[in-house]
Amino acid sequence: MPTLARRLSRRLALTLIAMWGAATLAFAGMRLVPGDPARVIAGGVQANATPQVLDAIRDQYGLREPVLVQYGVFLGRLLRGDLGESYQLNQSVSGVILDQLGPTVALAAGASALGFSLAVGAALLTAGRPGPRVVSRALEFGSISTPNFWIGILLLAAFSFRLHWFPVIGDGGLSALVLPWVALALPIAGVLAQVTREGLERALGQPFALTARARGATEHRVRLRHALRHAALPVLTLSGWALGELLAGAVVVETVFARQGLGHVVVAAVRGRDFPVVTGVVVLSALTFSLVNTALDLLYRLVDPRMRQAAL
Amino acid sequence: MSAPAAVPYDPVRAAEARARAPRRRWPFRPGVLLAAAFLMLVCAAAAFPGLLGHAPDQVDPAAALRGPGGAHPFGTDELGRDVLARIVYGARPSLLVGAGSTLLAGLAGAVWGLAGALGGRVVGEAAMRVADVLLAFPAILMALLVVAVLGPGTRNAVLAITVALAPGFARVVRVQALVVRDSAYVRAAVNLGLSPARVLVRHIVPNVVAPLLILATVNIGTAIIAGASLSFLGLGPQPPDPEWGSMLAQARDYLDVSWTLALFPGAAITLTVMSATIAGRALQARYEGRGGG
Amino acid sequence: MSRPLVEVAGLSVEFPARRGVVRAVRDVGFAVHAGECLAVVGESGSGKSVTARTLLGLAGPAARVRAATLSFEGRDLRALTPREWRLLRGRRIGYVLQDALTSLDPLRRVGDEVAEPLEVHGLATAADLDDQVVALLAEVGIPDPWTRFLQYPHELSGGLRQRALIASAIAARPSLLIADEPTTALDVTVQAQVLDLLDARRRDGTGTLLISHDLAVVARLADRVSIMYAGLVVEEGPAADLLSSPAHPYTADLLAAVPSLDGPVRRPREISLAPAARSGCPYASRCALADDRCRAESPPAAPYGPGRTVRCFRPGQDPPRAPETPPVTVPVTLPVPAESPAAERAVVSVRGVTKRFRSAGGSRRTAVDEVSFELRAGEALGLVGESGSGKSTTARMVLAEFAPDAGDVLLDGEAWSGLRERDRRPRRARIQLVDQDPLSSFDPRFTVQRIIGEALPRGFTGDRGRRRVAGLLGDVGLGPEILDRLPAQLSGGQRQRVAIARALAPGPEVLVCDEPVSALDVTVQAQILALLARLRRGSGLSLLFISHDVGVVRQVCDRVAVMKDGALVEIGDVETVLRAPRAPYTRALLSAVPRLAVGRRTAVPIPVPDMDLKGPT
Repeated sequence: MPTLARRLSRRLALTLIAMWGAATLAFAGMRLVPGDPARVIAGGVQANATPQVLDAIRDQYGLREPVLVQYGVFLGRLLRGDLGESYQLNQSVSGVILDQLGPTVALAAGASALGFSLAVGAALLTAGRPGPRVVSRALEFGSISTPNFWIGILLLAAFSFRLHWFPVIGDGGLSALVLPWVALALPIAGVLAQVTREGLERALGQPFALTARARGATEHRVRLRHALRHAALPVLTLSGWALGELLAGAVVVETVFARQGLGHVVVAAVRGRDFPVVTGVVVLSALTFSLVNTALDLLYRLVDPRMRQAAL
Repeated sequence: MSAPAAVPYDPVRAAEARARAPRRRWPFRPGVLLAAAFLMLVCAAAAFPGLLGHAPDQVDPAAALRGPGGAHPFGTDELGRDVLARIVYGARPSLLVGAGSTLLAGLAGAVWGLAGALGGRVVGEAAMRVADVLLAFPAILMALLVVAVLGPGTRNAVLAITVALAPGFARVVRVQALVVRDSAYVRAAVNLGLSPARVLVRHIVPNVVAPLLILATVNIGTAIIAGASLSFLGLGPQPPDPEWGSMLAQARDYLDVSWTLALFPGAAITLTVMSATIAGRALQARYEGRGGG
Repeated sequence: MSRPLVEVAGLSVEFPARRGVVRAVRDVGFAVHAGECLAVVGESGSGKSVTARTLLGLAGPAARVRAATLSFEGRDLRALTPREWRLLRGRRIGYVLQDALTSLDPLRRVGDEVAEPLEVHGLATAADLDDQVVALLAEVGIPDPWTRFLQYPHELSGGLRQRALIASAIAARPSLLIADEPTTALDVTVQAQVLDLLDARRRDGTGTLLISHDLAVVARLADRVSIMYAGLVVEEGPAADLLSSPAHPYTADLLAAVPSLDGPVRRPREISLAPAARSGCPYASRCALADDRCRAESPPAAPYGPGRTVRCFRPGQDPPRAPETPPVTVPVTLPVPAESPAAERAVVSVRGVTKRFRSAGGSRRTAVDEVSFELRAGEALGLVGESGSGKSTTARMVLAEFAPDAGDVLLDGEAWSGLRERDRRPRRARIQLVDQDPLSSFDPRFTVQRIIGEALPRGFTGDRGRRRVAGLLGDVGLGPEILDRLPAQLSGGQRQRVAIARALAPGPEVLVCDEPVSALDVTVQAQILALLARLRRGSGLSLLFISHDVGVVRQVCDRVAVMKDGALVEIGDVETVLRAPRAPYTRALLSAVPRLAVGRRTAVPIPVPDMDLKGPT
């Protein structure tokens, strides 16, 4: 399939461009902060870096050269996979990221599984059924309008402090993950449920659904075998957005539940202006985001045969 | 923090639908009035917080962490400050971040997207490639990067969220502008011999801007949540200035003593977001019911 | 006579609406016997599709169905449980909808779609399911069925898709086949094949309920015809009788509106298109014969000759012929050239134009291939062809919406297609377009006043402009009350009239009409054709008239050009081409057109070259 190969190489090129864009933005950001760039990289004035450390940084980043050369050195280092050193944490940035990746992935994966199942379940049960639909719509509207840190705090207050069902803080075990999952999943589930139900209802109103019913298909069959695939298309389109929401939510939820993780690290880095860490996380998430979107794109073509022939 | 979904809006189909369909009732119709009333209250609080009479920063250690009731209808925080007063004073930064960033992002997105659709090969391509790159990583990171560079604060939070939202708006505007540009009515206008400038001003821009306005209105709620998230993380307005998100961050540390401390600021955010969304959708229904113009 | 397969009496279907109820079907009765085809004919909104769906129990959850008799194969359908309905659907009653592109699930393979009734009703084991499906595909005349089995609906041509849909409807060998507009979106040659397929099923003993708006299609297939208007069956009877001597004025008007290929060209009457009356006879608001009694009480269904019933107080009377509307003189900026010796002058010259498009795979497809013709001053030239023949692409090059890859177009003997847009713009007023879908050609925010006002030449401002717009509306038969309406608030016929008024506003000498009536009900279509004919007589406009429908072209045009696969295969005087077509393709096209021939259906299928069967692979 030449179109598929072309599409794939296009997406991969876009991934590279996105990473380059992310790196460029990070570099520009670093240079935009007033003051000695070496000191900025070391963590600002309050970091109290020794002159030796500053000199080492200047060598490492080529800071004595013109800006364009600095940019080249910066990109060259990234290209070699060297994300640099966090002078605030006294650890290599890749080390920091690797240490913290696990808990965040566990949080995000569980929450997206929960969010998608809630959304699809609710949509399948309520599409085209006036009574349940109203209830579900009200719940979705509520969960969309509620910031997930407030959901998290309320869950903590009720289930950890009052009922003691789940630990207040802690990274150990599944029980510590349940509340964060719920807090992270609900707003996403709200949006996805709306989109899924709209897709289902649109599909159920199409002539092919009528035709399927006229063949004697049960309501179950019409929904699961016919309509659900059609509803999956807009959901797939939105999944890229959902991933962004998930990352944003993870940052907040990790703070609420005082969990370890990348979100926690990035907030601390932004607050302390630990630029090497910020740069590392930005480039890494540009990569993840682009790769996931590429996967979604392929999945979309798998679900919709009409897309397989389309040019580009 | 979301980029608005890039669903092309087809004005012709929409217009036909709105003329054909018996006006579909919005499920929360009685809520529209309530929402408007609540929004007015929030706006009043943002404009004249002093009317309440309570000071948001009056410390009273003797009355710390009281539950709701008596002289403090919403209770007091860990320093004995009146929660109600802090919520009232917190309305201004919250609204400023929500509405301000949406407005700026909408303006930037409109120019950006129109340039992308109509700017010809070089400008158009360049505009959209930049948007593609920015959309290729999560909006939250854009916002965090901006804060990392500019530092925390209300103004910077507005800028951060603007930067995060604008590429999404740009893409929506571009898709919409392309739909309009290739529409049969623009074709008809060209066949009449109208000049390109006239076609742009009379047919393209109005049919692009109207749905953008609706989108932006509905999006204000998202921007408010984004702003509250930033300040919850300590990256928005700085203490001791009250803001709903940062109040929740403080309340998080006293959950074991007083859970009501977390109740009211969160409710303020959620109710404001709900009201803004309801009002936005009501405007949308109104626009679509009338056929705009 | 044996017991009918389907018996319906006193059927009414209502849908709750915001105010009161919509009575979609009122007191409808009919019967279908095995091996018989009953056609239910009506315009959009007449209740014919709702009637069909009621027989499947699929009128919708909101529908309130009542009937005195509703039986199928001797069973009372009114008492069925949902489960019993499901056992009936697809098993005993097959259902074919129009437009197989949306009626087959686009995300599922053709084979899976055809297999569904067999699966649902447990009529095949997993082992022989595929073989059965392939046999079915072969049975409906799909070549290379194993390949098609694995393809998706969008990979098949329109004709093959419709065949696959029929295959799925007949998979379980139902005794009744309901076909709802089965040929509506198809080209005539394909249409003929699909009708033959349905006819073959009928001859094998399947009862057929055919729902259609097209009397010519019905004439070809139906044994009996039932005419519906506003939810009522206004007339029913044997097809031959009913079509040759209509008893109800509505049937007569419908028949008169069908453009025919034989006999003298009937100048269509401009009949009223008032909405159905709420009380009394629903057709009274449009009927030329209506009197006070018609407006007061609804006529009951009464027998009219053998096997016929009609709901009319004055059945079989010829309506008084409405006086010909005098031709309006549309002020055109040019002097009317009809009498001048320059009558043979070419207004548009198309000289060897070719247009290629890049297709999905990256290969180039020739849409228009060295086409040449002239449009002479004051004449109407029809451009006929099936979908994909390149007729619309040609029209768009005549309008200079894009430039040809080779050849050129001249307007008034001067360069046109080769000009820069800036130089062309001042002359654009001379050539105007009336599109197939007028709604999308109007800015949705503009009122009718603004839509037409924008098209007026410079100088028509303020009051003068408003008067001119009202004048133009009058010319196309619309009153000033619609001036402030938005396009979405207009009916289909009104929209096309507004589109014509806008096209006339700049004072053009050439009007390009691209399928201007193909989306309209037949009576509305007749009106628009009459309007175009009248305008032309009054103003000396030249018309380039694009249509897939030869009958429509005959109504309007002096000459006709036939296109196939991007090339012009024949051009000449309309009557000459229709009577003595020279090109083989023209002959095939003409023989495939369904006719209102009263001599009833031909037993032998009309030989049509299987030009659809190739399909994209």
